[in-house]
Amino acid sequence: MKTSRRDFIQKTALFTGVFTLGFDWFSAEASPMEVVAGAGRFNAFLSIDSLGKITLFSPNPEIGQGIKTAFPVVVAEELDVDWAQVQVEQANLDTKQFERQLTGGSGALKHSWERLRKAGATVRKMMMQAAANQWKVDVAQCKTSKGFVLGPAGQKASYGSLAEAASTLPVPSDVTFKDRKDYKIIGTRVKGVDNKNVVTGKPLFGIDIRKPGMVFAQIVRPPFGATLKSFSAEDVKKMPGILDVVSFKNKVAIVGENTYAILQARASLTCDYSSEAPLESNDTHANWFDEGMKSDKAQVMRKDGDFAAAIASAAKVIEATYECPFISHSPMEPMNFFADVKADSVLLAGPTQVPQPAQKAVSDLLKIPVDKIQVELSKMGGGFGRRLSNDFVLEAAELSSIIKKPVLVMWTREDDMTGGTYRPAARYRFKAGLDKNGEIIAFALRGVGLNAGNSTRQDNFPVGAIENVLIESIDQKSAVTTGPWRAPITNFLGFAEQAFLDEVAEAAGKDPIQMRLALLEKVKTKPVGKITYEPARFEEVIKQVAEKAQWKKKPGVHQGFSVYYSHLSYVAQIAEVKVEKGKPKVTKVTAVTDCGEVVNLSGAENQVKGAIIDGMGHALFAKLNFQKGVASPANFNAYRMIRGNEIPVIEAHFVNNGIAPTGLGEPALPPTGGSIANAIYAATKKRHYKQPFN
Amino acid sequence: MAINCTVNKKKVSLDIDPNTPLLWALRDHLSLLGTKYGCGIAQCGACTVWVNGEPTRSCVLPISAVSNALITTIEGLDPAGKHPVQVAWDELDVPQCGYCQAGQIMTAAGLLKKNPQPTDQEIVDGMSGNICRCGTYHRIQEAVKLASKKTKK
Repeated sequence: MKTSRRDFIQKTALFTGVFTLGFDWFSAEASPMEVVAGAGRFNAFLSIDSLGKITLFSPNPEIGQGIKTAFPVVVAEELDVDWAQVQVEQANLDTKQFERQLTGGSGALKHSWERLRKAGATVRKMMMQAAANQWKVDVAQCKTSKGFVLGPAGQKASYGSLAEAASTLPVPSDVTFKDRKDYKIIGTRVKGVDNKNVVTGKPLFGIDIRKPGMVFAQIVRPPFGATLKSFSAEDVKKMPGILDVVSFKNKVAIVGENTYAILQARASLTCDYSSEAPLESNDTHANWFDEGMKSDKAQVMRKDGDFAAAIASAAKVIEATYECPFISHSPMEPMNFFADVKADSVLLAGPTQVPQPAQKAVSDLLKIPVDKIQVELSKMGGGFGRRLSNDFVLEAAELSSIIKKPVLVMWTREDDMTGGTYRPAARYRFKAGLDKNGEIIAFALRGVGLNAGNSTRQDNFPVGAIENVLIESIDQKSAVTTGPWRAPITNFLGFAEQAFLDEVAEAAGKDPIQMRLALLEKVKTKPVGKITYEPARFEEVIKQVAEKAQWKKKPGVHQGFSVYYSHLSYVAQIAEVKVEKGKPKVTKVTAVTDCGEVVNLSGAENQVKGAIIDGMGHALFAKLNFQKGVASPANFNAYRMIRGNEIPVIEAHFVNNGIAPTGLGEPALPPTGGSIANAIYAATKKRHYKQPFN
Repeated sequence: MAINCTVNKKKVSLDIDPNTPLLWALRDHLSLLGTKYGCGIAQCGACTVWVNGEPTRSCVLPISAVSNALITTIEGLDPAGKHPVQVAWDELDVPQCGYCQAGQIMTAAGLLKKNPQPTDQEIVDGMSGNICRCGTYHRIQEAVKLASKKTKK
């Protein structure tokens, strides 16, 4: 492991008694490290004060995935300090110091694992060298423990006491990492670093931002596809607590002194809209799906062998169509953002998963250079992908530039649910051909998405195990805005694929698990085309879940199986269903996850259980309807969220293989709809082809 | 006419529209930001506070209804975070995003005040009015149980 000078910066004596060792969490080898400018400006760094207190700044936005805890765990492990010594702070956007300062794609640990370990291990080595110099011993004779360097003759010096001397040393070019058997923090249960602030109600979220001179605003948005013709502002402007009513980009913003004044004003505001094309309704979307299925303009995403010939020769053909609606992300904290636009500078603050694109978009909108735009990150009250679209940031910035005031734009729940950027709706048609022995010889999938981009994942298993494959995608353009939703595309495609394979296994007269294992064996021995997954890791999660959940060994228990690879992680699930008063009830889900090294067991369990509950709730209940460009329902009274009395028992197991960590915020979600649907089928002989099931 | 009430043991006077929901009075006028807005229609429980000791949805309760009432918000439950429910929430590492947890904690603490040793089913039923979008329900239920044990001691 090489550490180059540019990965590391040292700063001494910014403050009396404090020195900081900065490191670049995300440095690319190609990009030279900028020196941290000015005392008190903390960016990418690890600081150690003279009392030995270590402060770690966590750069990635915290959305509930636990990254603000997991990143520092890795640094602290290699630094070899006691977790209790560590203090964690959220870093604001700093594009000079950080790469990939975002939340999305379950990619943070994968990206930063080496960097974080290097950051800790390098400083540890410098501490040992400083102690060795002081004691006039060979550094090889020194060890560390809990933030102390230990010498050969029983000497002991705290990192704090060594910090200043260590800072003057050359940065070691080679560091070694701990053997994982020596881990003291990684893999244990580490509590969230924000817990104390959460349980005492500290203002942590975007909605809690308060700045001097700040006003509040809400924005009335048009139906999808409609244009604002006129609105009644004069009476509304006179209402108590209302400061202004302005319009931009087909929207009307009501600016006021407080939330309730604005809510009342909204009730009095009327807007007239027009549209060139007919506004979309449920029927429109159904027609577009039908057209897409018939179309000869599908884009071929993958072709192996000759599907048409193989299906024509098949002894048995299985065909099924699956469909999912647009759904809202519905994080508990609705969209909101703060902006203070001045003539030549901008302060943005709030919950975004992608602060750098937010900064860039605002720069483009307002023609203010990015280096004049500061972005402060708040904790996010969930997001599930919704905060990857920065529409809410742009609105706040544009409004502030118009009213020339610092403003917090708040979305109501109704705004959040009807205001767009949804999980795209999609329809999938699968076809599989079996030979006379029940082997799959042909496999095809056509995905028709509405603003979905590529609605397929053309390299997904069982592709790679089948000779003749045809995967096609068609994207239909809709005025309904869409964006990534936790486990984009696979959040529903995973269900469709796993439910279809269950049906294929039944038609072939095979056990669903044995059939998948046989297919994986083919991938190992006779792979077809490009293989993007590791069959051995697939097999391991499958075998482990079969054992843990006692597959087909529990009389009277109806089980359903699924397994999925996404975000570089593997998750196998077995769901159990019992029939109560004629209705299927999911009683248990057992999940085995291979996400490589589990950094924080507590956080990892939270992610797996949360993703399964998320996947189950949305599979059972979630749907938005469209009538003339307007989405409904608009709130939780009719848009059902899964509740605490509806959850199954969930067992979350992890494969212990020590592979570098991969994603975990999303991977447990995609297999959930499938395991549940397959268990429901086992119990009721009724297959589900559409979400929501209920 | 101003509405007088007691919030977290402090007397306050609210000279604002009496129809203002308590949630917005707390957040926008008293700068108590711990109580959260989630739905505005008493469906999600994020805004739960105590009014005269009763867990109440503050988003639909006008301040005219809390004249002379004793109100407790998450900030007033135990500012040091030593209430058994707060301790249990930390110990079991309940929060993911954390946004709904103030409402969950006020509901849980209210439940235990009335019923210090609830059965598992009573916990599930008592907590199912509060939505957690991250799906921390298992740990919420376990934490209520743990807090119940802590209270007993």
